Amino acid sequence: MTSSAIFLFLVMLALGSFVFARQKALAGAGGDPAKLHSLPRHYGYFAATCVLLPGLFAFGIWVIFGNSIIEGLILSGVPDRVFEQNGDQATLVLNRIRLAVENPNSPETDPDILAAAAKFQAIYLKGIWAAFVLSISLGLVGLYVAVNRTKPDFRARNKFERVVLITLGMSSVIAIATTLGIVASLLFESLRFFQEVSIAEFVFGLHWSPQTALRADQVASAGAFGAVPLFAGTLLISFIAMLVAGPIGLLAAIYLTQYASQRMRKIAKPMLEVLAGVPTVVYGFFAALTVAPLFRDMGITLGLDIASESALAAGIVMGIMIIPFVSSLSDDAITAVPKSLKDGSLALGATPSETIKQVVLPAALPGIVGAFLLAISRAVGETMIVVMAAGMQPNLTANPFEAVTTVTVQIVALLTGDQEFDSAKTLSAFALGLALFVSTMVLNVIALKIVRKYREVYD
Amino acid sequence: MSDNAKEIKPTDWHSPEMNARIKRRYRKEKWFKGLGFTAVILAAMFLVTLIGRIAGDGLYGFVQTSIELDIPFEESILGNPREMSKADFEENVRRANMLRIIDASLQGHFPDVKSRRDRRELLRMVSTGARAQIRDMVLANPSLVGTTERVRLLASDDVDQLRKGRIDASEPEANRKVKDKELGWYQKLKEEGRVSLNFHTTFLTSGDSRDPELAGIWGATVGSALTLLVTLAIAFPIGVLTAIYLEEFAPKNRLTDLIEVNINNLAAVPSIVFGLLGLAVFLGVMHLPRSAPLVGGLTLALMTLPTIIIASRASIKAVPPSIRDAARGLGASPMQVVFHHVVPLAMPGILTGTIIGMAQALGETAPLLMIGMVAFIVDIPGGVTDAATALPVQIFLWADSPERAFVEKTSAAILVLLTFLIAMNGLAIWLRQKFEQHW
Repeated sequence: MTSSAIFLFLVMLALGSFVFARQKALAGAGGDPAKLHSLPRHYGYFAATCVLLPGLFAFGIWVIFGNSIIEGLILSGVPDRVFEQNGDQATLVLNRIRLAVENPNSPETDPDILAAAAKFQAIYLKGIWAAFVLSISLGLVGLYVAVNRTKPDFRARNKFERVVLITLGMSSVIAIATTLGIVASLLFESLRFFQEVSIAEFVFGLHWSPQTALRADQVASAGAFGAVPLFAGTLLISFIAMLVAGPIGLLAAIYLTQYASQRMRKIAKPMLEVLAGVPTVVYGFFAALTVAPLFRDMGITLGLDIASESALAAGIVMGIMIIPFVSSLSDDAITAVPKSLKDGSLALGATPSETIKQVVLPAALPGIVGAFLLAISRAVGETMIVVMAAGMQPNLTANPFEAVTTVTVQIVALLTGDQEFDSAKTLSAFALGLALFVSTMVLNVIALKIVRKYREVYD
Repeated sequence: MSDNAKEIKPTDWHSPEMNARIKRRYRKEKWFKGLGFTAVILAAMFLVTLIGRIAGDGLYGFVQTSIELDIPFEESILGNPREMSKADFEENVRRANMLRIIDASLQGHFPDVKSRRDRRELLRMVSTGARAQIRDMVLANPSLVGTTERVRLLASDDVDQLRKGRIDASEPEANRKVKDKELGWYQKLKEEGRVSLNFHTTFLTSGDSRDPELAGIWGATVGSALTLLVTLAIAFPIGVLTAIYLEEFAPKNRLTDLIEVNINNLAAVPSIVFGLLGLAVFLGVMHLPRSAPLVGGLTLALMTLPTIIIASRASIKAVPPSIRDAARGLGASPMQVVFHHVVPLAMPGILTGTIIGMAQALGETAPLLMIGMVAFIVDIPGGVTDAATALPVQIFLWADSPERAFVEKTSAAILVLLTFLIAMNGLAIWLRQKFEQHW
């Protein structure tokens, strides 16, 4: 008996009840579907739902809580001696028990662990049979109720459609649940972090060195969590990226909307889409392997000291990544400017470029500003390019030739390879994530507000 | 008086000042237009450089150097298949030290290499995978024992780089990874026509490895496929049902407004934040297995959900009200109108949006780093709870490798990833063009 077998049984029961209820409804109407309130299959759907909902409910409880209940039962029976041996870590003990369960000829020799493993198997078997019996009997109860109600004047379709409507509503709540999940998990872990490190130190501190001593006798820095160097690095790289993406993206949008022939647009637009579709890890590889060494060598010939993980390389490649983003959003803003404004300006004798600079761009300005803000939020949250091409040293500098680190780089560095949640080091990643989430959210809200406001002007 | 007269004087359109001014304005016009054109060309150049650089390196990743050696399948090492039982023979072959066979073969080719250190260096020209290669040959064909065959063995990554011209033989010896002695051996083998460059199927069929010449992307591809399967299984139904609800059934109230704003905001949340969510909820609270495609798929599903919802809503909105009215008029219930008429008509658009969302998920790396899909995994994952990596993560891992030979493997993996992305987007475009309806 396995969990998937229970699920399979439930589905088969539901299928059977569909057929049965459909037949019963038809038979009740003397084989004439016109005498039924709903179509015959609606009676079947109704019966199947009545079986599946309670059955899946019981099944879901088993899947979600079954394991932790069994683990709790087993661990409470394990003698303290075993815990002491494993440094008081329940997960270690559990892993040993699990290994002994899965592999009968494992090298496990501790009699207590082996006893716990045997107990585990026994309880698991009981638990899964209980889950099987419970979910199937609940399903059968559902079937009994449904079959009892299957009469020609039963409004099966309305009942079934009610269930479908509730399902639709529930799935739309998942989007909200996701946001709540993000906010809750970031806040919860950040609060734990701020119990150890003050908010003021995190927001205003100038020194970032999250490596804390693992053991008391270890020589290591006490750990400093001043995030200003990370914010500064993020801003520096985003600024360089916007210096690249802003002019190129905007000018490309202007050229493609105002000057380019139909044929040119047909080639250039998909090209920009391809640029947008390249995964960021590819840009990161390109930055680390091609652009950064190129700048370093250029620096050597020019007599400049450019770090091999300079902010410049990461920023410029990030700028290339953002070009299509800026250009397509600016494109939308420019095309939304009414043609009459442009025609008026041209009729007064202005050249096309004068028209663009003095009429079209001012009219499209809110949209363009919105586009830039969205692009900045994108640059701030971008991870792979900076992880691969920017450095790890938290330098507080405005010099683009030096290596800087960003918020996203530190989140990745802090959380890869680390399993435990309880050190200030790993928790600080969630505080950084919270800062990232809040700042991008604020940028987006402002950008959308600006764009919406500007739309109302010409509609 | 004279001042006033000046003002009334009609504009002289042909005065030299006016001509100069017009000329200047036209020059500015030309410059501005040129600037815009340059911007487009620059963007195109970036794309060409990016793709060109990666394709230039990547195509070499699909071929690998081999060395043809006369391999003596010695009975003293492998055992005699005629005198032993089949099981005993196979056991013996598995245990046999194939290095001795390769060593003996190399001795035949280079009789003047005597010292043990040199012989070890010589052995290092052949890949560590060559042993398994010989073993599999003998297991597949026991009658080889006792004969000497010319076998094409995989070369080590250094020899491979030499063959591909990545190692410059004219550089001073101290700066080179390959020393003069090995260079001499390589030259001799090459002159004898034993070095060849062949299409390397191992790259497409095997899992990860520490040795560049044995590393493959199949493991990562399967991991990506499993992850996307989970993503699709969750994001598609939930996304479409949400879109249907919001477009067709939702009452206009605070809650539905909140849901709408929410979805738009979720679409702009950085992907790494979804990774943090996955780490805290799926691993921290629900204790799902680490590094598993299941968790990766769940995390990516939450990330692609907004894309699918927004595309599906647009597609459902595009179905004209007359369809709904006609169905209602014929007695269909609201649910039947939606599921029998509106959704099937909107399906091409919904599928297009879903494929684009899946393509995004396929290229995504950062959230997968958070939930531990960055491990070094040799085995091909067999299910959604096995430890696995995904294609972009494999690219990230290889990009970090110090070996020069991994650069072309990384580029080749990128080419494979881009091929998948282009295929998916192509499918989306085809669907849109084939089934798009103008009402």
